Amino acid sequence: MTAVATAPVSAASVLKPNYRNAIIYGVIALISLVAFGLTPHASASTRFAFARPTDFVQIPTVTVPSMATALTMSILALGLAGYAAWAASGLRKVGAWLPIVFGVLVVIAMLTWAGAGKENTSMQVTGLLTGALVASIPLVFGALSGTVCERSGVVNIAIEGQLLGGAFLAAVVAGGIADASGSRTLGAYMGLIAAPLAGALIGAVLALFAVRYWVDQIVVGVVLNVLVVGITNFLFGTLMRDNPQLNQAIGLSALPIPLLGDIPVLGPVLFRQNALVYLMYIVVIVLHIMLFKSRWGLRVRAVGEHPKAADTVGIKVNRTRVRNTILGGAIAGLGGAFFTVAAGLAFGKEMSAGKGFIALAAMILGRWSPKGALAAAVLFGFADSLREQFGIIGSSIPSEFLTMFPYIATIFAVAGLVGHARPPAAEGTPYKK
Amino acid sequence: MSGATPATEATEPQGKQEERGASSVLREILESSSLVVFAAILASLVLGGILIVVSSDDVATAAGYFFARPGDTFVAIGHSLGSAYAAMFNGAIYNTAADSFANGIKPLTQTLTMATPLIFAGLGLGLGFRAGLFNIGAQGQIVIGATLGAYVGFAWHLPVGLHLLVAVVGTMIGGALWGLIPGVLKATTGAHEVIVTIMLNYISVNLLAFLLSKDAFQQPGSDNPLAPPVDGSARYPSLLGSSYSLHWGFVLALLAAVGVWWLMERSTLGFTFRAVGSNPRAAKTAGMSVPLTYILVLTIAGALAGLAGSSQVLGTQPSLTTNVAASFGFDAITVALLGRSRPLGIVIAAILFGGLNASGPSLQVQAQLPIDVVLVVQSLIVLFIAAPPLVRFLFRLPEPRRVKEVTA
Repeated sequence: MTAVATAPVSAASVLKPNYRNAIIYGVIALISLVAFGLTPHASASTRFAFARPTDFVQIPTVTVPSMATALTMSILALGLAGYAAWAASGLRKVGAWLPIVFGVLVVIAMLTWAGAGKENTSMQVTGLLTGALVASIPLVFGALSGTVCERSGVVNIAIEGQLLGGAFLAAVVAGGIADASGSRTLGAYMGLIAAPLAGALIGAVLALFAVRYWVDQIVVGVVLNVLVVGITNFLFGTLMRDNPQLNQAIGLSALPIPLLGDIPVLGPVLFRQNALVYLMYIVVIVLHIMLFKSRWGLRVRAVGEHPKAADTVGIKVNRTRVRNTILGGAIAGLGGAFFTVAAGLAFGKEMSAGKGFIALAAMILGRWSPKGALAAAVLFGFADSLREQFGIIGSSIPSEFLTMFPYIATIFAVAGLVGHARPPAAEGTPYKK
Repeated sequence: MSGATPATEATEPQGKQEERGASSVLREILESSSLVVFAAILASLVLGGILIVVSSDDVATAAGYFFARPGDTFVAIGHSLGSAYAAMFNGAIYNTAADSFANGIKPLTQTLTMATPLIFAGLGLGLGFRAGLFNIGAQGQIVIGATLGAYVGFAWHLPVGLHLLVAVVGTMIGGALWGLIPGVLKATTGAHEVIVTIMLNYISVNLLAFLLSKDAFQQPGSDNPLAPPVDGSARYPSLLGSSYSLHWGFVLALLAAVGVWWLMERSTLGFTFRAVGSNPRAAKTAGMSVPLTYILVLTIAGALAGLAGSSQVLGTQPSLTTNVAASFGFDAITVALLGRSRPLGIVIAAILFGGLNASGPSLQVQAQLPIDVVLVVQSLIVLFIAAPPLVRFLFRLPEPRRVKEVTA
């Protein structure tokens, strides 16, 4: 049934115009027009703040008329939907700029609407973007971990456990070193180094069971998540309770990059962060190049798509998978450091709070590529940041629905309603000679 | 260790494995022998014991002078293990400190109470596993089932008897709806049920949180996210009198187990489910509708998980909160795997897990250990059961001879 259903779709897209995306854009733009453009009071206005008092470049707060702005943005979005329909009718390709510009327009309309008539508060644009970046850190690392594993054919559902394990070990090592050496900075950096080890260990267990013993990868992943929750909760209640110095709130300090950090709006958001964020930029770029431009990446992808062919040309399938699963675990573990040393918080029970599963969602939405994973993770992070921002200024969108957004987006993605998500072909299948 | 591959798979071309890889591995789990299950439980208890010993202060102190007086270390190890396992016994089976038998047996009834939702949800998941579907969505199905059932329970006021019936059906409908979604998506678009059900779990919790923030779902005059208690007429009557928490939901769970057994072993529908589970391609060739089977299996599984919600909101915890599903949905995965997806096995596994969960509080109070050691033992059990070759290696068990062809 599935094979029957997908085949005509791909054949049809070659011959007939496909208006699905244009229709989706159009519906969203219309909703934006009605919900955001027509509901604010005609005389209401919205204030946008672009700089915090501490920033190098001060930009005055901008006040715009709510209704006119939201209407303009919605109509522009509607125009883009029309452009998409025109492009589809002539079988022209539209670039990646269209969904991005479209999204920005709708988001501005929504922000204008949400802040309408709130005279004494203003939309903190810098805060919103910083919040989005921060919220996306564990998602980016988690999604990259999933990408590295799944590209080699191993499903990594244990991202959640790897994040949690990384967070735990980072806290313990940071606390222990800080206690022994007296230097909290040293402790924090040692914690950052230790976090990937915990993730790699969990990745190694996953590889042992999935690659060595051919146990269903999803079963192992699900169980490993429970196991890590159990172990960290247990140690939280014994080791950390008895030795409070092992669980202190130690944080990495921000390292502002000169010049870049002084760019208005984007500078404070992107370049006044701590080491983990800079590491994230590096990991995304390196992985993207390695996966698609290097010999290693070609081999990994071959193993994930057609292990038998890879084996025939002499690539060690299972060795590649074990290495990638451990590497992926280490990446997720590093992301786990976000919860403790990067956020400057003590470890708490189950503090990864389902971020591993959202990361999985980001990986799928990003179509198993580091660049896509980054974009999807930032999108989810933005939804999270928006929820907080709306909570502060008071909005009529219930926060629960904003929390649900990543999950619903993922279901649409896997159901093929938003673009077509195709996983590596040999994913989840153990390779047996 | 590679000899553990079923003979049917070794001869199969790689291409065909892609479609049925997951279900055939699941089948291997289902077929692992009882001896392996027993060995896995033993290994997990030993590993759990090591964790208890390592974290014990007394043992650490005694080990500090191990070479001076090694005996002390072993006494301390024995003591910490002894107190942990004694606490588990007292919490899960019989309280030796109680003044009468009626009070002493309370932990056992508590174990059965805790097992009830696990039986329901485990039956649903087991059904899916045998049809080759890895459904992780019991958590969300419990939440939605419980939400609908609780709403019927506190918002409608129906005559005694009818009210309970309608509320129970409400939980089933809620769960079934939440199972229908991944079923339809899998059948029509091929969306992987694991991803969809994980996402639906989160959506359900947020949906419930949203509903609990609305007046219709709150106690009058209160702003807490706590629903009004379910009417007495919509609650399961208690089975052994009001001093015990065990209710008729447990009996219903046993009946459901019998029903699932009949469905899977005696009905045409169950045969279709099993056929699709063991080889979707062959089932399709034989004229069975694979997509329809996926939809049916996930919907029935959802209804069963919804019943797990009923044992909470109409039984043990008659006020709806966001924590209504606790971790039953995830524990049920373990239960279904441990029970090898057979109704009887699931009932036994659920009682074992109910006991482990029920022993948590006494483990905490009596042995001063975090409840979470139970989680560790539970997850280790499944890890070991999922990898029979590893257990056989650990216990030097012989490789099974696969002369009998698969009957599942």
